Amino acid sequence: MTIVVPTLESAGPGGAPRPRPRRPGVTLSAVLIPLIACLYVGVVILLPALNVVASAFSRGLGPFLENFGSHELLSALRLTLIATAVAVPCNTVFGLAAATAIARRRFRGKALLLSVIDLPFSISPVVVGLMLVLLYSPTQGLLGNVVQSLGWRIIFSWPGIVLATIIVTFPFMAREVIPLLEEEGWEQEEAARTLGASDWQVFWKVTLPSVRWAALYGLILTTARALGEFGAVAVVSGNIEGQTQTLPLFVEDAYKNYQTELAFGAAMVLGGVAIVSLLLKLLVERLLEQDRAAARIDPEG
Amino acid sequence: MTAALPRRWRPPPLVLPSWPWRITWTYLGLILFLPLGAMLLKAAGVGPAGFWEMATTPEAVATYKVSFGLALLASLVNGVFGVVVAWALVRSRFPGQRLLDALIDLPFALPTAVAGLALTAVYSTNGWLGQPLNEAFGLKVAFAAPGVTVAMVFISLPFVVRTVEPVLRSLEKEQEEASWCLGASPLQTFLRVVLPQLFPAILGGVAQGYSRAVGEYGSVVMISSNVPFKDLITPTLIIQKLEEYDFEAATVIGAVMLIFSLLSLLVINLLQVWGQRYQGDEA
Repeated sequence: MTIVVPTLESAGPGGAPRPRPRRPGVTLSAVLIPLIACLYVGVVILLPALNVVASAFSRGLGPFLENFGSHELLSALRLTLIATAVAVPCNTVFGLAAATAIARRRFRGKALLLSVIDLPFSISPVVVGLMLVLLYSPTQGLLGNVVQSLGWRIIFSWPGIVLATIIVTFPFMAREVIPLLEEEGWEQEEAARTLGASDWQVFWKVTLPSVRWAALYGLILTTARALGEFGAVAVVSGNIEGQTQTLPLFVEDAYKNYQTELAFGAAMVLGGVAIVSLLLKLLVERLLEQDRAAARIDPEG
Repeated sequence: MTAALPRRWRPPPLVLPSWPWRITWTYLGLILFLPLGAMLLKAAGVGPAGFWEMATTPEAVATYKVSFGLALLASLVNGVFGVVVAWALVRSRFPGQRLLDALIDLPFALPTAVAGLALTAVYSTNGWLGQPLNEAFGLKVAFAAPGVTVAMVFISLPFVVRTVEPVLRSLEKEQEEASWCLGASPLQTFLRVVLPQLFPAILGGVAQGYSRAVGEYGSVVMISSNVPFKDLITPTLIIQKLEEYDFEAATVIGAVMLIFSLLSLLVINLLQVWGQRYQGDEA
């Protein structure tokens, strides 16, 4: 018995694009629509982005690099990296756990639970920060007494910043992984289990490899957002220069205080990270597509 | 051979039972439900009369008008241009298409503070676009209401494009060809055949963008002059109240925004269900 793997050509009539007949009146809109789209995106997105690059390097590379001698900028960068370094692993564990727990089950309220996980996307970041203040502030918070008696500092300190970052970024991972797991079904896990694998082995050797690109994609989105979070962190940090100021807060503060060059220098760092994450995302998307295509050509499908 | 499989295998065994669930619920409880509960408790502690009074002070109402009104304007603008961009991405082939596709995601990836800085610099009266606009029309964009709108347009554009794009891609070309064969003009075909099928997706994208634009803080706070009754948005008002140590007012206004978020989440979910049903009918 040989398994016949169909080639792409024989996959179906919809596989290859057919030459379309020329239609009258189409040529104008065929030029106009891309033109309008490009103009719109150019004005709304590209031009502002180019402006940051131009302003950051307006006096050449030397002055741009001098910005990094600023003590405030470096300490802001450090705090941002710390918050990201704590938030991303926590959210990765949660995201994978939530995905494996939710995706393969059907239960009442599944859609509701998925919406609840999405909540941080629809709540204003400022309100997220406010929630943390109302919970942990020593004077106003619901747990204020507990926090005070333990001698912790959460609000106006780094734990608050970390918590705020965690809240606004935790949905990404689960959201990316859940659809893929739902699509794939559980035959492979079942097979592994019948062959005697433990839960942990099944997770590491079957589940995780099958969602690796989606998980990586989620990781990139989480990291990018964690590095750039502004609103929630602004509320809880107290914005003390050199102490509880993250890089995005530093950008705003420097701009408001007419330290334009510093602002654009820091913005360029964050913008660079954003562009790198976009490129990585494109790469991972392509890998994800390949995986999906491979799954579709699978003899069973 | 399959008949020999024991029966109890029928309901598939749970993958990783209990531990993932425990992690999920503990995490959600500590990270999401606890702060959410604290906020709702604090807001409930104010009492209905006090809540209504503080939620509807003239200052607060003015910010609602700015936040909800300008966000509506921005998401409607994107409702139109987002469809155009999605159309260009799906139905056309032109140089630079990949770049256009990548640029759409930039507002997602770019930290809002950087977006705010970039937009402020471009649209201020000596910026690349702000200067010509100011000289030609006397229009002040940055540090005024138009600037707030521009920032909201920037951050909500991807939502419309990314929701419409997959639906547009899945449309069957045959329907449009049939419409042409029957003598409909391209415009008629678009309005009668394509648009009704895209409509749930457009509405869903606009609603998501609207919800995001209402809650947006980072980019708007930089391009706005933050003057009350002029272009002060609700999230900024919350922060100002906190800075004045007026925790009650901040809580109440925050609760108003929270209720709005919950409602919009509900609407977005309903729209998605509607859109899926619509697609399901075709299949």
